[in-house]
Amino acid sequence: MPFACIYIPNFPVAAALRAEPDLQAHPVAIFEGKPPLEKIIAVSEKARALGMSPGMTKAQAELCSELALRPRSSLHESSAHAALLDCAQSFSPCVEDAAADTALIDLAGMESLLGSLPQISRAIAARAATLGLEANVAVASNPDAALLAARGFPGVTVIPPGKEAMQLGQLAVDVLFHDHLEGEENKSAGRLLETLERWGIRNLRAFAALPQVSLSERLGQDGLRLQQLARGVASRILVPVEPPLVFEEAIELEHPITLLEPLAFLLNRLLEQICARLGSRALATQELRLTLELSNLTGLDDDWESIGMPSESDGTDTAMLGQKIFTQQSKINNQQFGRVLRLPLPMLDHKLFLKLLQLDLNANPPGAPIVKIHLAAEPARPRSAQGGLFLPPSPEPEKLELTLARIAGMVGEHKVGALELLDTHHPEGFRMRRFVAEVARKTPQKENSDSAALGSAVAKSAVTALRRFRPPLRANVALENGEPARVTCHRKKEVQGDVLWKAGPWRFSGDWWEHDAWSRDEWDIALQNRDAIALYRLVHDLLAGAWFVEGTYD
Amino acid sequence: MSSAVISTSAALGRPFIFDADSEPEVCPISGPKKPVGAPGAQESPLAHVFQSSIKNQQSTIALIAQASRLAIRPAPELASSGIPALDGLTGGLPRGCLTELCGPASSGRTTVLLAALAAATRRGEFCALIDASDALDPHSAAAASIDLDRLLWVRCNDSPQNHRATENHKINRHGFPSILPDPINNQKSTINNSARYSLLATRNSLHRLEQVLRATDLLLESGGFGLIVLDLADIAPQAARRIPLTTWFRFRRAVEHKPTILLAIEQQAIAGSCSSLILQLGVLSTQYSVFSDQAEGHPPQDLPAHAHLFTGLNIHVELTHSRLERKPARAVAFETKTAWAG
Repeated sequence: MPFACIYIPNFPVAAALRAEPDLQAHPVAIFEGKPPLEKIIAVSEKARALGMSPGMTKAQAELCSELALRPRSSLHESSAHAALLDCAQSFSPCVEDAAADTALIDLAGMESLLGSLPQISRAIAARAATLGLEANVAVASNPDAALLAARGFPGVTVIPPGKEAMQLGQLAVDVLFHDHLEGEENKSAGRLLETLERWGIRNLRAFAALPQVSLSERLGQDGLRLQQLARGVASRILVPVEPPLVFEEAIELEHPITLLEPLAFLLNRLLEQICARLGSRALATQELRLTLELSNLTGLDDDWESIGMPSESDGTDTAMLGQKIFTQQSKINNQQFGRVLRLPLPMLDHKLFLKLLQLDLNANPPGAPIVKIHLAAEPARPRSAQGGLFLPPSPEPEKLELTLARIAGMVGEHKVGALELLDTHHPEGFRMRRFVAEVARKTPQKENSDSAALGSAVAKSAVTALRRFRPPLRANVALENGEPARVTCHRKKEVQGDVLWKAGPWRFSGDWWEHDAWSRDEWDIALQNRDAIALYRLVHDLLAGAWFVEGTYD
Repeated sequence: MSSAVISTSAALGRPFIFDADSEPEVCPISGPKKPVGAPGAQESPLAHVFQSSIKNQQSTIALIAQASRLAIRPAPELASSGIPALDGLTGGLPRGCLTELCGPASSGRTTVLLAALAAATRRGEFCALIDASDALDPHSAAAASIDLDRLLWVRCNDSPQNHRATENHKINRHGFPSILPDPINNQKSTINNSARYSLLATRNSLHRLEQVLRATDLLLESGGFGLIVLDLADIAPQAARRIPLTTWFRFRRAVEHKPTILLAIEQQAIAGSCSSLILQLGVLSTQYSVFSDQAEGHPPQDLPAHAHLFTGLNIHVELTHSRLERKPARAVAFETKTAWAG
């Protein structure tokens, strides 16, 4: 099976020249490092002819007036690398991303499509040149031999099968190591090259001729591996690069839209396409990103009315709210409005997604006409769950998500969900988090292990509960001997009267190291409440000096 | 033109109930026409009728089922409320039915509510608490051993956007007629501050009730919850009674064939005949401990407040209405303990 290798020599310079083609005629040097210790890391052939070499300082290189100095650019290099992969993938779907400057191609079966191996090699080189890359292309019967040939021989090289050792033998031993090794790899390569230099091994033919046993005794398995490469007999399979899965759809509008209904129509179309693409790859999504490009009209006249999305639940007023008039004298500046829809589980229901987006846009309208819609979905593996015959029923995730979105539209986003206690003694030390029906399925195992404890909890008395007043009720408290004797609460007429019984005070405080420290005395009091006696928790805020009725024991 | 005489079955002596084995007899007004002298020929229609009625007296009733044979609706499945005394009184909370817990403040309603939630989450069920007054205490919930991962908490509130949303339409999308009064701003400025405050409080209560009803409808429609609780304990009875009975009936029908327990906590029973079970709670006594070396022989009221510790309530529960199987007992009492009582 033939393999091809595309190698870009002097990659940092090649990337810079690809970004600035005008520099082709000039000597170019690339520097890197923190000022004032920048050093030259790569030079073009013209710069080398002027005496420049890697390792010189920038100050030294600046002495040459003809030299074009450029800083190393990771952006240019990544663009060049992407172009290299595009070039390789245009000839075969099986491409390995060996290094930033090297790509390996499996050409099995390509000869019938693209011609002979020399023709394919020349076509690859030509394609790379059109992308702004001057590449060495080599073809051999195994990938490592092709890689060594591309590194060692300029231009296009085709090694007939069985002739690898002969062709590669003339190359210097340093071709076995990559140009841009760093750290320990660089030191290890340096030591190995020094050892071979002392042995008098200058080329791959001499290295391949060394006895294997003696070589392994001196250089170990690494030495044997390098000898296999030098002989051109190393065989491996390629690790093909997988293109990133991007599921995005966008649509540009000729006329800006301001109503939810046409927006929903367009979103539905985009969602159908995205879901179809995801479904074709047996994937689902757990995150949807909606980006709306808005037009910001300036220079308005009096005909301009309010902007906003009509509520889903509105009746006949929707049509009245949707009438907008634009003037010809207006300027348009583009703004972006983004919303991210995160789902608790991977899902693939475009109708559900549309409904959730509509509810979200109802609660958070963009506030300006929309000229472009961009929708992206983050792919995820579909969930796999096996229901049990004897498990208690649970809400369907899709229905539950829609229900929670609707309820959140009514009561607010942070007012619906599951409860999570925080690690604090603060009375309101909790937060709301997302309610997920699936996550809780893990707890039945925990229940089994704690069943004895839980069972004993059933036999115990019920725990007296406190009902909180949110916010706490401000109270006027009359004291006798430092203890509350009478309580009056204006906001709640039932909570007032003489204190019939009291217990306390119990002092609580915390977070004294924080900005919002708290300190309070708590009393349990009994007040006459119409026909019965009610028990309340009375709190004296020691920092603010105010009294509150925090809740009732019920 | 003949004058048709339509004789009733009673007049003709025909039975009202037809034998399943015999085909209904269709006779023209002039009676069955048979040749004179033929076998079975009757001399007159009346004689024929008398003979057929005698025959049918011995036949079994076929088409109309007897009342004793009507299909009996199976009794609803009962689930533990988490309080053994309460389970002994009612057998538990019925699934697929509406249960009301009524009582004044400090009567133990929230205690029973948390115990029911704890029992349901222990069974592995998901629960929803629609809190009209946002009154749930997280620490009490944790002390009651509720699995908080399985509890969905809907906290109704008085945010201005909710006021605008509900005022913009009279009939919401769920078909609930609006129970809101006219906007207070339309009222004349002669209202003093205290009445205005009272109106605002009523308006806020009604806004919260709107949220409660809509959230309940959405959760019942979604399904999958073992227990759904409507906490209306802090809503004034006059506001709570504005919920139309059709709404309660709708809720009852929504849970009828589902394994969901619908539990409403309120000050007074408001669902009428839609409830399958109504429990009236009240407090018998308050329990407290006294910590003092001088406690023995001294009445508690002479001791300072810091010597007292509130340790629990003695709750009385009365079964005021039940469509379930009748139990001998009508009332029970049980004790509750505070989390710090041990």
